[in-house]
Amino acid sequence: MKHEAFLQRSLQTFVRALGRALESEELSQVDGLLQRLDPRVKVIGLPALILAAAVSHRLAMVAAIFLFSVLLAMLSQIPLSTLATRIWLAALLFTGVIAFPAIFTTPGQAIYRLPVLGWAVTLQGCRSALFLIGRTETAATLSLLLVLSTPWSHILKALRSLRIPTVLVVIFSMTYRYIFLLLATARDLFEARQSRAVGNLTGRERRRMAASTAGALMGKSYQLSQEVYLAMQSRGFTGEARVLSDFAMRRRDYAGLAFLLALSATALWWGR
Amino acid sequence: MHIPDGYLSPVTCITLYAGATPFWWVAVRRVKRALNTRLIPLISLFSAFSFVVMMFNLPLPGGTTGHALGVGIAAIVLGPWASILAISTALLIQAVFFGDGGITALGANCFNMAIVGSLVAYGVYRVLAGRAAITAKRRVVAAGIAGYVAINAAALCAATEFGLQPHFFHDASGTPLYAPYPLSIAIPAMMIGHLTFAGIAEVILSAGVVAYLQHSNQALLQLTAPEQTLGAVPRRGDRRPLWLGLAALLLLTPLGIRAVGTAWGEWGARDFADPQARRQIAEASRRQAPPAHIPSGLQLWSGVWTAPFPDYAPPIVRNQSFGYLLCGMFGAGFIVLTGVLATWSSTLLLRHKRKHLEASEGAR
Repeated sequence: MKHEAFLQRSLQTFVRALGRALESEELSQVDGLLQRLDPRVKVIGLPALILAAAVSHRLAMVAAIFLFSVLLAMLSQIPLSTLATRIWLAALLFTGVIAFPAIFTTPGQAIYRLPVLGWAVTLQGCRSALFLIGRTETAATLSLLLVLSTPWSHILKALRSLRIPTVLVVIFSMTYRYIFLLLATARDLFEARQSRAVGNLTGRERRRMAASTAGALMGKSYQLSQEVYLAMQSRGFTGEARVLSDFAMRRRDYAGLAFLLALSATALWWGR
Repeated sequence: MHIPDGYLSPVTCITLYAGATPFWWVAVRRVKRALNTRLIPLISLFSAFSFVVMMFNLPLPGGTTGHALGVGIAAIVLGPWASILAISTALLIQAVFFGDGGITALGANCFNMAIVGSLVAYGVYRVLAGRAAITAKRRVVAAGIAGYVAINAAALCAATEFGLQPHFFHDASGTPLYAPYPLSIAIPAMMIGHLTFAGIAEVILSAGVVAYLQHSNQALLQLTAPEQTLGAVPRRGDRRPLWLGLAALLLLTPLGIRAVGTAWGEWGARDFADPQARRQIAEASRRQAPPAHIPSGLQLWSGVWTAPFPDYAPPIVRNQSFGYLLCGMFGAGFIVLTGVLATWSSTLLLRHKRKHLEASEGAR
């Protein structure tokens, strides 16, 4: 029996996604610094730091915010290996490949010449590549810290404090819930396909198989949405969405928010 | 195409958030009016579907695999506004939960993929599918093209956003602060990948899912084919758009008058003797001088047939431009008339043949 690569790869992607979600849920229960803060503090404070890193015109400031995010991770008992495997390496490879040619193509002061080709590496090009990699790594670390230290349902509830309409918040939370059901359904569909795939399939057959699986999943999604709607209606849903909001800001939450905002403001000022 | 944080300046991000907001607002209002209380479950489930389908590894020609965005099929099944909401929600969860695409760049990603992608896919699909039956092959082709054009339109938007960064955002020493490549590099670099691999993945998904739904779940294709009833047998397509297109082309004929010089390769025997025409030929042929004498074959055959309207100007009409227009109308009219006559005569012939057959069957 031949294992079809696309079936195998899709299956791996689904399993990895489910595994990551589980890891996030587990880490958000650990007793660390970020986990103890009110979700609203994190939803406002961490993106403020991302913004400060994005606005900064100084490389040193981007590096300082990155180091601060590493410190936050350590204080929140989030393993650095998780950060390294989930984002640092991937972002470095992805952005590194994109940023590398810029050290030659950016016009400016030449600091080195390649021996045989004679291409000039410019100072401006190197700084530009470092800016791109530094900002990407910093922002990705901070957003992952938010996700790893806060259950998704709390992030969504906190979004309401940013005046995002309730109907959207309900859609986001429901989407997240059904992603797992559909991921599991897709995994089952692919596994069923794989167990029946004997011999070599032609390219055309493989493509038709993948598209039919997507079509079947779409049909199931639609059918499920009808059933969910009926279930909601039978429980008295009238189209008006309500979310319980049971967060209470304590003194340390206010202190945390003030600290993060002050830090972002300082970084914005120094990074000009 | 998911733009991470740090590639676009905060000003660009804010502009694109601002650009996306009115579309989101209109989308929520329109979808809510159409779906009422069904809005939340339907959009949620389709957002979840979009999220999962973006993870599918699609087998591409040549043995590799690729990911599709799924915006084509979302716009075809849900219509443009619900598709904007579903894809935006999927992108939000991808950005926050998987770090796929940045939080500051979320507005840009939604603008490119969810908004531009959905509107382009829907427009292209509706125009190309026309009033074809739900089960018509034409819908499969239209879906494939819609997905392909949509993903490339989204990629072009992203490439333009990247390419504008070094022009506007650099420090005093000239260091680009965000995406470092100008438009001349950003656009080809982005488009090569999308015109090939990503585009093909989108074609496979859009066309493949429409073909699948045509025989297993036609109800899902009903929304963007409002005038079609389920299970209808494909009928001959409406030819009105073709006639309108022909009329538009006819109206554009005066553009030909503005063309300078002669078309390359459409030279007459006379042109080889005329110094001005020789200069034009050389200019148009990368400065390669034409042969000194008229080519013998051209000289031999050029006199065999003299067109009734040489050079689009019948001898009776003195004005060159008027002659050109007259010839355009005459030529198009002649072709249309020939086509109509051919169709009419073949229908007559068929009808006559059928009658003859029925008569002989009846006699037996």
